[in-house]
Amino acid sequence: MLKIFKYLNPKEWAQAGVSLLFIISQVWLDLKLPDYMSEITTLVQTQGSTMSDIWAAGGWMLLCAIGSVICSFIVGFFAAKIGASFSQRLRSMMFNKVESFSMDEINRFSTSSLITRSTNDVTQVQMLVTMSLQLVVKAPIMAVWAIFKISGKGFEWTLATGVAVLVLIALVALVMIFVMPKFRKMQTLTDNLTRVTRENLLGLRVVRAYNAEAYQEKKFESANNELTDTNLFTNRAMAIMMPFMNMIMSGLSLAIYWIGAYLIDAALAPERLMLFSNMVVFSQYAMQVIMAFMMLVMIFIMFPRASVSAKRINEVLDTEPTILDGHLTNGKPGQAGEVVFNHVSFKYPDAAEYVLEDISFAAKKGETVAFIGSTGSGKSTLINLLPRFFDATEGEILLDGVNVKDYTLDALYNKIGYVPQKAVLFKGTISSNVAYGDNGGEEYTADEVKKALSIAQGADFVEKMDGTYEALVAQGGTNVSGGQKQRIAIARALCRKPEVYIFDDSFSALDYKTDRVLRSELKKETSGVTSLIVAQRIGTIMDADQIIVLDEGKIVGKGTHKELLSSCDVYREIAASQLSEEELAS
Amino acid sequence: MSEQNTARRGPGMGGHGMGGPGGRGAGMGSGEKAKNSTKTWGQLIRYCKRYLPAIIVALVLAVIGTLLQIIGPDYLKDMTNQISQGLPALVNGQSVMGAIDMQAVISTATLLLFLYAGSALFSLAENYIMATATAKISQNMRGDISKKINRLPLKYFDTTSYGDVLSRVTNDVDTIGQTLNQSVDTLLKAIVMFLGSIVMMFYTNWILALTGIASTIIGFVFMMLIMSKSQKYFQAQQQGLGDINGHIEEVYSGHNVVKAYNGGKSAKSVFERINGNLYESGWKSQFLSGLMMPIMSFIGNFGYVAVCVVGAVLAMNGTISFGVIVAFMMYIRLFTQPLSQLAQSMQTLQRTSAASERVFEFLEETELSDESEKVKRLDNIRGDVTFKNVRFGYDKEKTIIHNFSADVKAGQKIAIVGPTGAGKTTIVNLLMRFYELDSGEILLDGTPISEVTRENLHEQFCMVLQDTWIFEGTIKENIIFSKPGVTDEQVINACKAVWLHHFIRTLPEGYDTVLNDKASLSTGQKQLVTIARAMIQDAPLLILDEATSSVDTRTERIVQEAMDRLTQDRTSFVIAHRLSTIRNADLILVLRDGDIIESGNHEDLLGNNGFYAELYNSQFEQAS
Repeated sequence: MLKIFKYLNPKEWAQAGVSLLFIISQVWLDLKLPDYMSEITTLVQTQGSTMSDIWAAGGWMLLCAIGSVICSFIVGFFAAKIGASFSQRLRSMMFNKVESFSMDEINRFSTSSLITRSTNDVTQVQMLVTMSLQLVVKAPIMAVWAIFKISGKGFEWTLATGVAVLVLIALVALVMIFVMPKFRKMQTLTDNLTRVTRENLLGLRVVRAYNAEAYQEKKFESANNELTDTNLFTNRAMAIMMPFMNMIMSGLSLAIYWIGAYLIDAALAPERLMLFSNMVVFSQYAMQVIMAFMMLVMIFIMFPRASVSAKRINEVLDTEPTILDGHLTNGKPGQAGEVVFNHVSFKYPDAAEYVLEDISFAAKKGETVAFIGSTGSGKSTLINLLPRFFDATEGEILLDGVNVKDYTLDALYNKIGYVPQKAVLFKGTISSNVAYGDNGGEEYTADEVKKALSIAQGADFVEKMDGTYEALVAQGGTNVSGGQKQRIAIARALCRKPEVYIFDDSFSALDYKTDRVLRSELKKETSGVTSLIVAQRIGTIMDADQIIVLDEGKIVGKGTHKELLSSCDVYREIAASQLSEEELAS
Repeated sequence: MSEQNTARRGPGMGGHGMGGPGGRGAGMGSGEKAKNSTKTWGQLIRYCKRYLPAIIVALVLAVIGTLLQIIGPDYLKDMTNQISQGLPALVNGQSVMGAIDMQAVISTATLLLFLYAGSALFSLAENYIMATATAKISQNMRGDISKKINRLPLKYFDTTSYGDVLSRVTNDVDTIGQTLNQSVDTLLKAIVMFLGSIVMMFYTNWILALTGIASTIIGFVFMMLIMSKSQKYFQAQQQGLGDINGHIEEVYSGHNVVKAYNGGKSAKSVFERINGNLYESGWKSQFLSGLMMPIMSFIGNFGYVAVCVVGAVLAMNGTISFGVIVAFMMYIRLFTQPLSQLAQSMQTLQRTSAASERVFEFLEETELSDESEKVKRLDNIRGDVTFKNVRFGYDKEKTIIHNFSADVKAGQKIAIVGPTGAGKTTIVNLLMRFYELDSGEILLDGTPISEVTRENLHEQFCMVLQDTWIFEGTIKENIIFSKPGVTDEQVINACKAVWLHHFIRTLPEGYDTVLNDKASLSTGQKQLVTIARAMIQDAPLLILDEATSSVDTRTERIVQEAMDRLTQDRTSFVIAHRLSTIRNADLILVLRDGDIIESGNHEDLLGNNGFYAELYNSQFEQAS
């Protein structure tokens, strides 16, 4: 938890320091108030006091109150500023850190976890920081100071206050021990309930087709009952706690007066007045002490949550990205568009088995190399090595004759047009999605965007949309269909005019017909650009210059469609499952 | 702490004892308001009918507890006066030493002790009842929503996202549970406390009462001003948080694209802009809402000073006893406390009604028609299916299937083909009555399917869909699913039939292995599980989506063989992706833009040289 505070900057520390001064002043003023109160008490009970004395004391009291509120305004101001700027910085740091991650680190945390860490967790920490300054710092100062002030005024009263505080602490401890774990459990149970509901929603058709409504409801009911039981426990525990706390407060002031009665009764006449005013004032101080402890309780409740959040943020910030920038921006002359894999092997860090082993091939400028194989054969991983989403464990990958690790990442990406398996669209317009990013050159013109979309077979549907090329795309592209998304994603790569295209199974969301037309167009328009294609369908790749067949991370066949049909068993098996005898023969 | 569901949960266990400054930052959209709150409250009260007596008892207890709390200071006043008897006083110009009537002090103190204890007991009982009632009400609500999900027509889910329904089950019900628990009784207690303390103050001394009330009202007006000002920033902050979450989600999930396209710079600049806005609105709203507490305590202090000074003046005149001042110091606290509570619980109630509105909106959606009066049943059917002049559109204005008729004999295979997005699942939706026809009829063995209950209709089908639906539970549970009386042997046989038995045996827990996020079943294996599930169902008709595109070739073969086995002796509707299925189907339905544009067998359709022929041939053509 404390570790996260190292990200506070000097300005914020300075602000916190200034706040501390004001907190101390505030506590001083708050505790000064009862002193005047005592003065007034004495004045009232003493013969011959003048009105002006009372007005003066009252005036001072009012000043204290005003001073206190001003101090707390200032503290509140700084606390809000520190909290907001700290969380702004944390969010920004998280964002930049995540941007520097390779897919390996992203996968390790999982995207959804990174999102929660960058948003909710930061908010939790922000809340704690803001609250801390106002409460964590103030409460102990208040408690100690108030105790110090009252300790001289009567041992019996102090004892009573001490007992009240102890009871309060015991109560809080009980809650912490018995209720806190239940609070934690509640989250799991809520997740459980959500999961059952989500399952039901996702499987609506299956549930209904199998007449399993009652079955699902029973499952939900048991999750619901479990949650409700825990909920009842925590709600009831909290329900008991509050009246108890009130009872302690009222009980303490009663005790002070009760004890006071005995003390005064036992005292000699001259001391009585002083004792009386002390009693009135003491009850006020005692209240402050109790309040201070109650504030601490609030922190105790908040702290575990924020501390978990801080830990999760730190985990991200402490992760060093494994992919580091090179320094070259240009490849070797005359080797543009050439991709060479030289005895490349890859395994995930800490994994025992290699995902890819000893992969070697070369693609000349303008060639199309296709990769096929069963799931888990490593074909996606293989082409992800070129844009350095992962770094090869052994061997080297050359692009334009230079090891990809030697390029600056910007320069490397400018040479590549990558289309992922699952098309990603961003909030904006069709144009902004196609013209996405930066290829190191001029900004894309409207004509370039149109051309790219028309090659990608997207012009038709885009022109039918409201606003055509400026049609709005919702977050995550939820307002366009899967096939349309994929075509926009392909257009995005085309717009980039790279040296190498990478299509990671990008055609499978398209129907056969669109797939074929698109590939014909691509071939026409992008001659001279090297393409690496991962595919499931034989039809998509049978005209490639080179087909590489992967099985369990190793190359088991390399050649053209015809060659492989005769030489490679795995390839033949795949082909046989997709094509008929006549087509295999043709 | 889990990853999901934290988004709208605010500061968690909050509410009890932490409504403080930061407390309302994250969770609460200050813009959340019900569209029609009177109606919603009516609905909510009717919904809580069962618990209404308990709630009323709780509220009565709350009032009694509060009243006890209010009369407390009056006795404290007596006690103070009894004690101050012991102070030296001037009687006829002579200092006289008084004596404390300890007996009186003790009896007052004891009385007070009982008062406090009584008040604590009453509010304890009240809190306990309220906590229990609200937990039960939330439980009922969740249960009702879950039941509702399965009673709504699928059409409803065309326009509503799952996330939306999910958030009603969790977030909205949580909000109702939490706020109901805090707000209703707090509001009532605050009102009683407010009025009660005014009455008691006037009863005790009207001058001090006016002083106290006047001084607090000045502060309260000031506070309202700040509150209304901070609303704006709260909304801005909420907006900012929403924007930044959206942006982060987009960029993180598109990480590889952002990287590969060097889009990081622009993503970062957008991020920093939103982040900057968030900083501005964030600190302002935090600061302004943080002012609440100090102002409240200032109001308290101010009233306290006023009461002390005015009280001192009155006491010196001999108009009042010193005990009155002590009592007023308590009254001022009792009086200011409900002021802030009133404001807060009004806001909380707004949240309750906003959340309730969403819950009731869902609960009042039109359900599937009631079928309890239907007596006709399908039993032991052969499996003849007839489509008679079927007309259907997801949208009433847009008919997509115009007048489709076809006859399918028991045991035949019907292939449904068409490009992606052509609406191949429409046929499934109609057969299963997930959607109702606009006109025409579908008959099973001559009986229109609309004349039997949906439940009875579903019994006639087994179904395997493309997105393999597996729930968290053991393999066995997943295969048996809802079918009663399935023996282990049947499960094992089904698994043997789909070549899954051996694999399951290799798992440490065998058939009792729990399938969840961590369990590693490949897509193909999951598909096999769903096929086994269909086998166990063993119904005369079959609906099968045979897409296996994301499965490796070897598994794909096994899956296909398992599917072929499943289609034997069943009238089967197959959403086709394989040539073999298409070619040897008895009837091929060709879909385009939702409509059945061609139907017939393979040779007929190829001979027509229409869309089917084009579609079929395009699979093998090379890019030219």
